[in-house]
Amino acid sequence: MITFLGSLDDRDALRAVEAVGGEAVPLWHGAADLRGVDAVLLPGGFSYGDHLRCGALARFTPIMGAVAEFAAAGGPVLGICNGFQILCEAGLLPGVLTPNHTRRFICRDVDLVVQAESPWLGDRPVGASITVPIKHGDGAWFHPEEGLDALEANGQILLRYAEDVNGATDRVACVTNAAGNVCGLMPHPEHAVDPLLGSIDGRLLVGRLAAA
Amino acid sequence: MRVTVLVRPKTGIRDPQGEAIRGSLAGLGYPVSEVSAGKIFDLEVDTDDPAEAERVGRETAGRVLANELIEGFEVVVG
Repeated sequence: MITFLGSLDDRDALRAVEAVGGEAVPLWHGAADLRGVDAVLLPGGFSYGDHLRCGALARFTPIMGAVAEFAAAGGPVLGICNGFQILCEAGLLPGVLTPNHTRRFICRDVDLVVQAESPWLGDRPVGASITVPIKHGDGAWFHPEEGLDALEANGQILLRYAEDVNGATDRVACVTNAAGNVCGLMPHPEHAVDPLLGSIDGRLLVGRLAAA
Repeated sequence: MRVTVLVRPKTGIRDPQGEAIRGSLAGLGYPVSEVSAGKIFDLEVDTDDPAEAERVGRETAGRVLANELIEGFEVVVG
């Protein structure tokens, strides 16, 4: 679990990994060393104050070179919210995150519909619905029309918002790379692992890391 | 040398910032039907060679300052 300058969900992410039975290892953005972990999590927050574009500066930190190598070797990488923005800016995931079309910061639970079977979603079948909170101002995933069908056909679109919440292209909430080992989403699965807070559907995505 | 990089949202890309500004200008009674909000970066590049300055401007624009999925850029030297 990598802490960047301006990460703010890193503690919750560490706790969520432990909640699903994993051993959480804190990593620092300034060190190009993944300390031999079996999976990598980029947490939410506002790295570098969201200056320039969300995630655009954090992608050049020393640890991102190590993350790119780890991802190329097939290691599981999950980016949540700002972590998703960083992975997109780094070119490890398709698309880019843009300001919500509503022009408002949105903070609430949302329903997400499974679009493709994936280890990231456990045994949830296509069409199943999960509930996970969102909290973002720049969460509208954008991808040009060209190439969208290929992502869909390749099973890279894992979750769509049940209804349009932020203006994301085709209501896409969660995508993977072509190989499927790098996954990103704006909703916060690390905030949905404890029954005390409502949904525990976030255990699916975080659990994939703990299973690695 | 001074290099200016102008970054603009691509045509057809939703621009909530421009929309918000347009709404306020309309509210003030100005006859403005569209606003597109971009960014200006003034770089002081450590060279006296205009070609080298332009190269640095283009490379930083393409690699860092703009995301070409959603933005276009223009580089002006001097």
